[in-house]
Amino acid sequence: MGTKPLLFKNALLVDPDTGREDKGGLLVRDGVIQDLGPHLTQAADADVIECAGQVLAPGLIDMRAFIGEPGGPYRETLKSAGEAAAAGGVTTIVSMPDTSPVLDDPAVIDFIVRRARDTSVVNILPAAALTKGLRGGEMAEIGRLKEAGAIAFTDGARSVTNAQVMRRALTYARDFDALIVHHVEDPDLVGQGVMNEGEFSSRLGLPGIPREAETIVLERDVRLVRLTGARYHAAMISTADSAEIVQAAKARGLPVTCGVSINHLSLNENDIGDYRTFLKLSPPLRHEDDRQAMIAALADGTIDVIVSDHNPQDVENKRLPFAEAANGAVGLETLLSAALRLVHADRITLPRLLRAMSTKPAEILGLPSGRLKIGAPADLIVFDPDAPYVLDKRNLKSLSKNSPFDEARLEGQVTITMVAGRIVFDRRST
Amino acid sequence: MTDTPRSVFPHRHLLGIEGLSPLDIQALLDLADNQVEVSRQVEKRKTTLRGRTQINLFFEPSTRTQSSFEIAGKRLGADVLNMAVASSSVKKGETLIDTAATLNAMRPDIIVVRHHAAGAVHLLARKVDCAVVNAGDGAHEHPTQALLDALTIRRNKGRIGGLIVAICGDILHSRVARSNMILLAAMGAQVRLVAPTNLLPPGFARLGFPTFTDMRKGLEGADIVMMLRLQRERMNGSFVPSVKEYFRFYGLDQEKLSYAKHDALVMHPGPMNRGVEISSDVADGAQSLIREQVEMGVAVRMAVLEALASHLPNG
Repeated sequence: MGTKPLLFKNALLVDPDTGREDKGGLLVRDGVIQDLGPHLTQAADADVIECAGQVLAPGLIDMRAFIGEPGGPYRETLKSAGEAAAAGGVTTIVSMPDTSPVLDDPAVIDFIVRRARDTSVVNILPAAALTKGLRGGEMAEIGRLKEAGAIAFTDGARSVTNAQVMRRALTYARDFDALIVHHVEDPDLVGQGVMNEGEFSSRLGLPGIPREAETIVLERDVRLVRLTGARYHAAMISTADSAEIVQAAKARGLPVTCGVSINHLSLNENDIGDYRTFLKLSPPLRHEDDRQAMIAALADGTIDVIVSDHNPQDVENKRLPFAEAANGAVGLETLLSAALRLVHADRITLPRLLRAMSTKPAEILGLPSGRLKIGAPADLIVFDPDAPYVLDKRNLKSLSKNSPFDEARLEGQVTITMVAGRIVFDRRST
Repeated sequence: MTDTPRSVFPHRHLLGIEGLSPLDIQALLDLADNQVEVSRQVEKRKTTLRGRTQINLFFEPSTRTQSSFEIAGKRLGADVLNMAVASSSVKKGETLIDTAATLNAMRPDIIVVRHHAAGAVHLLARKVDCAVVNAGDGAHEHPTQALLDALTIRRNKGRIGGLIVAICGDILHSRVARSNMILLAAMGAQVRLVAPTNLLPPGFARLGFPTFTDMRKGLEGADIVMMLRLQRERMNGSFVPSVKEYFRFYGLDQEKLSYAKHDALVMHPGPMNRGVEISSDVADGAQSLIREQVEMGVAVRMAVLEALASHLPNG
């Protein structure tokens, strides 16, 4: 880290932790926030970055991204994911264990931690498998994996269907104060389904996935959390009923949190239109009513975090008939821009929105970042919330280009991304 | 001098520690102390059970408990018969009650029973006229193990009351843990339970036993560290993730033992899984009482048989 301090000047400081929005400066020294506030207009011997008209906020923390390393480096590497994240204002990524080999071995977690440190410009924190081989049968070595650096435990894109396995895993995780993140989607109810079950799937002639595939697993999990007391995070919810289940669990004081993907806040099943496979997701895009419910649940705090659900897929896996195409969309680079649509539409305040992508995930994961606070790591972003652009997927830094926002008009773009006091992305110089 | 006054042990069977008073326990331990001396003589044979028939009925294989009961019975002069249940009528579908009735018709004086189902020994005891000793029923009780553990502790520490005893490991499936918890608490020891929550029955914390999932904290200041065996089928992801992980967090090694008192003693009911719940250097180390427990096992079983014999008809 350079010893030379850096002053961000004349920025709109948005601290999602406190909800404060102040015009002022922020001084970074030795990788941490040394001072901030309206009084900070100059600092001796500091480099200065003029931020007039721009927001300065904590870097985004994305609790859900799939990366192809190890096993699928053509989809995404830790390095390319880091570059994509930096361009999108994401300073910390939680990577999913669905790799080859699966992240269910302390040695592999150790490899990811080291490899990410060596090759990625942003923080990549690996989530380890909850069950061995992601098979849903035997719990993974939660204690040893946590010691090796696993930030959370999840079977990634898979659900643990066996309630006994889930109960014991939750119980065991609680002994180690480990966080369990669960993809709530019952594979048997999904069956052959490839999109939301309803009028639109009927018209397209595609097998549907009922909302109950999600709500049944979520409801079961909430009851198991009540039984075990484990810290539980539903990775992504997508239905209005799910929001009600989470709300009830929270009202009961259970240690339950949940996320929503940026796709489910931005898009609905109609966007699939003419069988666009880039919109084939898990959980599937739902009805507009569900999307509206997700936005409302985000605004009222029922939904804690927004994730990119970044899932790079190469052309071979997407240029297929809809039912045969792989699930997933890239999202690291468009996370902020797409989310800002909600602010522009007056559906949520800027601090509240940023809170779901910084302070809140930091709290859930136990990280010191995610807030503008003296002494906190200088993981920061500067962005112009109004800068308009049209997304051209060829400009994506991700190795895969399966963005559902290709050619979309977006407003708000990151100018500078800083990780631990180091500028890792600077649009001014590109 | 080893003759027992009739009033000392007022029970017809030994089905569990539950139901024994501290005085009952003390009487058995005093009696067992004497049997230790008997067993250390060249002439070990007594005549207390001469002419009596003792049947060891083991529905679950157990080399050490069965031989311990066999030696105890023989040293007291009884005719001891080991029923090989695995190859008997039970395999042919006979119910437990029918087996009991059949055996009863052979007029034994004492039946020693081990069964895989909790409560099975109690059921059998209601159907026979002789004395019944529970040699372990499911995950319920194993009273002679708790008595031999108590005897071992008392002989090494001079007392049981006031000691801090940490029982560690697979408490959920352990009859040894249950019998020990009841006995030690009755005798005034402070019993702690150390285990991953998956191996801890949820009711015990509510019964007032302090429970620990962090072994180092659980061992802090302990006088006795009592390890339990982890069954192989429970090691691989069902209750705990793996042997490696279990040993890392719940296996007793010198480092974890150092959190207990410097003169803490280590016990294990056997058979041990070295490198799973206990390291070899601790198992074989200076603080280990594991060999002594085996010796005390014979003495305690002699004491129990003798105490029960005093209530037999014509006894």
